[in-house]
Amino acid sequence: MRLTINGTAHDVDAAPDMPLLWVLRDLLGMTGTKYGCGMALCGACTVHIDGEAKRSCTTKASSAEGKQITTIEGLSDDGSHPVQQAWAELDVVQCGYCQSGQIMAAAALVASDPTPDDAAIDQAMNGLICRCGTYERIRAAVKRAAELGGR
Amino acid sequence: MRHSSAGPTRREFLKTSAVATGGLVIAFHVPGAKRLAIAGMAPADTFAPNAFLRIGTDDTITVLLAHSEMGQGIWTSLPMLIAEELECDWGQIRVEHAPAAPAYAHTAFGIQATGGSTTTWSEFDRYRQAGALARAMLVAAAAEKFGVSPSECRALNGVVVAGDKRATFGELAKAAAALEAPGSVPLKDPEDWTVIGTPRKRLDTPEKITGQAQFGIDVQFDGLLTAVVAHAPTFGGTVRSFDATEALAVPGVRQVVQVPSGVAVVADHFWAATTGRNALKVEWAPGPAAGVDTDALRAEYLELAGTPGATADETGNVAEALATASKTIEGQFSVPYLAHAPMEPLNCTVRIGPDGCEIWTGTQFQTVDQGAAAAILGLAPEQVTLHTTFLGGGFGRRANPANDFVAEAVHVAKAAGAPVKTVWTRENDTRGGYYRPAFVHRARLGLGADGGIIAWDHVAVGQSIVTGTLFEGMIGENGIDPNSVEGLIDSPYLTGVPNRRIGLHTPAPGVPVLWWRSVGHTHTAFVVESMVDEAAHAAGRDPVDYRRTLLADHPRQLGVLELAAEKAKWGSPLPAGQARGVAIHESFGSFVAEVAEVSVEDDRIRVHRVVCAVDCGVAVNPATIAVQLQGAVAFGLSAALHSSISLKEGRVQESNFHDYQVLRLSEMPAVETYIVPSKAPPGGIGEPGTPPIAPAVANAVFALTGQRLRDLPLKLTLQG
Ligand code: FES
Ligand code: FES
Repeated sequence: MRLTINGTAHDVDAAPDMPLLWVLRDLLGMTGTKYGCGMALCGACTVHIDGEAKRSCTTKASSAEGKQITTIEGLSDDGSHPVQQAWAELDVVQCGYCQSGQIMAAAALVASDPTPDDAAIDQAMNGLICRCGTYERIRAAVKRAAELGGR
Repeated sequence: MRHSSAGPTRREFLKTSAVATGGLVIAFHVPGAKRLAIAGMAPADTFAPNAFLRIGTDDTITVLLAHSEMGQGIWTSLPMLIAEELECDWGQIRVEHAPAAPAYAHTAFGIQATGGSTTTWSEFDRYRQAGALARAMLVAAAAEKFGVSPSECRALNGVVVAGDKRATFGELAKAAAALEAPGSVPLKDPEDWTVIGTPRKRLDTPEKITGQAQFGIDVQFDGLLTAVVAHAPTFGGTVRSFDATEALAVPGVRQVVQVPSGVAVVADHFWAATTGRNALKVEWAPGPAAGVDTDALRAEYLELAGTPGATADETGNVAEALATASKTIEGQFSVPYLAHAPMEPLNCTVRIGPDGCEIWTGTQFQTVDQGAAAAILGLAPEQVTLHTTFLGGGFGRRANPANDFVAEAVHVAKAAGAPVKTVWTRENDTRGGYYRPAFVHRARLGLGADGGIIAWDHVAVGQSIVTGTLFEGMIGENGIDPNSVEGLIDSPYLTGVPNRRIGLHTPAPGVPVLWWRSVGHTHTAFVVESMVDEAAHAAGRDPVDYRRTLLADHPRQLGVLELAAEKAKWGSPLPAGQARGVAIHESFGSFVAEVAEVSVEDDRIRVHRVVCAVDCGVAVNPATIAVQLQGAVAFGLSAALHSSISLKEGRVQESNFHDYQVLRLSEMPAVETYIVPSKAPPGGIGEPGTPPIAPAVANAVFALTGQRLRDLPLKLTLQG
């Protein structure tokens, strides 16, 4: 199958039901997208498909053919996406494992809602678990990213 | 982030390091340790394995961490200790995990380990000394170069200056490396600190916001296979027989091998390995814990709690005092088994070569895991090179004296005859054991006429964490595992009671247990602070005021209590439907008071705000401290409100985050942290914020509803 990831086309030899997560990580070596649960329960594997936040662990790779897939590696060339800037400014990360997913979910949110309020943040981000407990800074950083210009 | 397929040997690793730092590696040692640099060898070979610091000719400063970064912020705070004395440019610091080696042994434990909230205090002198020594040698090199005396030179921001002469650390690196190291160098007066005590942002942020940070699960190199293991459904169960036909038919599956912990499906990638594992047919022989049912276990523990048990502490005459007390109060408490559930499931990559073995993993127990791997392979420990990656959370799960995930991965690679990354599915991780032990407590308190506590009769029931491990020596002659009663026998509330007895039962139902962020304090603080709160109400006293009386002779506890009460405006009105609860607890050398503001919607407990006051001695990085308190509150709230591991017929019922629930963003309270200024030696900070949160919330729920909840997770009884 042919997948377009971060603007580049990749031909991959994978079973059609193989989740996008494992195509990214194990076939293409793009390990920024993380595995946490495999059941759409934790959000660690969040990527964008045509700009929408999706759980790549339960998305069949074949279903993303012909669509634009964006991963944490492609969010910006140099960590300068407004969400990444806000994350750095507010020192959000701890162990960091959940953060690729958090950042991708936040980026999709601020792209669709330039002034997300607490309810919108709860709605978009509640499906993403952080065991280190960075939630307060995530909330603040989403608002800061919106100020910095979302997209 | 791919490792070359040939893989760096130890020597090549040293050379690579040399190239990375600009062609020269200088090793500075710490006092008391022997300098291993060998005169006459190429600079790249002068690397001393006990080094914490390298200075490149390109002015880069590389700090090697003897401990693991798992979110707690030592990637930043340990370099701060070096920078304080080195007088380097903060912007030039890079950080690496040190390899597993005796030189990086914990200053208190003697093994290379991260745990017990010990990193800051155990490295406070060693890392400052490493920086001071390096500065002294750079100054000596500069003095020689400038033709002046060292006392005329001053190091600042990575440059040594004397009059109008100046040289950067990088320019001096080569000459400094050739000097004889002084034995010991005086450290700065705390009054002169410019780094310690100032908030510093994390140094690992850039790689963690771009997906570049390498966790164990991200390790890749040519020829690396991935394994997923089918574990026995009951603890200690073994393989009777298995049929791998269907597993082997899954495209991408290469081999199916039996290992001591189960049957491993080895494949080209994780998806094939899991699909193969699901197609595997295994007949299991039940393990010794096959009959465990946690409901029955709780009933059994409650019964045991009615009998005295081994005496952990006794003074006065508790029976007599209870008989003469003006009032007695009694409570039975229970807490369940808990999984650590770090976001990165357990994993470990192993490559076995002709002369040794290389391991990549996120571990809290480097030299212990190294030793276990060596024993399995019949190698000497130094033939096992262990690379510590970032840890996607640890919380104690990655500090296992039984080395489960490392030993298993070594067995898999050995059986497969190929380099293998063994990855635990979330289900494996949740059901894999090594839980916070389930505990039951029963406490009876006698109050005097003035409301003070004159008798405290206490029995705790729960498994020992260290029995049967290399930490068994922690158990005293009285048979008491200190992990079971910490925060209880040393609680200032109890030591102040003239008649008291603490008993302990240590059953052994065979469920594997382990240290879980704040260990015994997770349950003892809940019980003690709930009982004290109950005593305050029974005495008709305000909960803060009552504690103030009991803690009158404990200035550090009192200090955090007063600060938290003041910042939370204890006693001031709250919005309708909210109430406050308080708890104070000392653990790991630090003191934390928390005031929780709570409301109840139907049967849901909502925590709106938590005010924390902490006295952790010298605060190295105040930014880290505030973050650790937030994290500790979130972790403790998961346990207080949601999480529980249960077993039926020996099988763990929970499997993933739908039934092993943890705190989510919408439930996160606003956490405020206030630090008591202190010049006392630093205490721990990773764990001490966790113990007070469950009792603070339970005490607030009582203030609000009159329901005294004594079981975790807290469950309200709906009132019709
Ligand atoms: S790994 Fe996809 S949601 Fe958890
Ligand atoms: S930063 Fe560790 S799980 Fe979120």
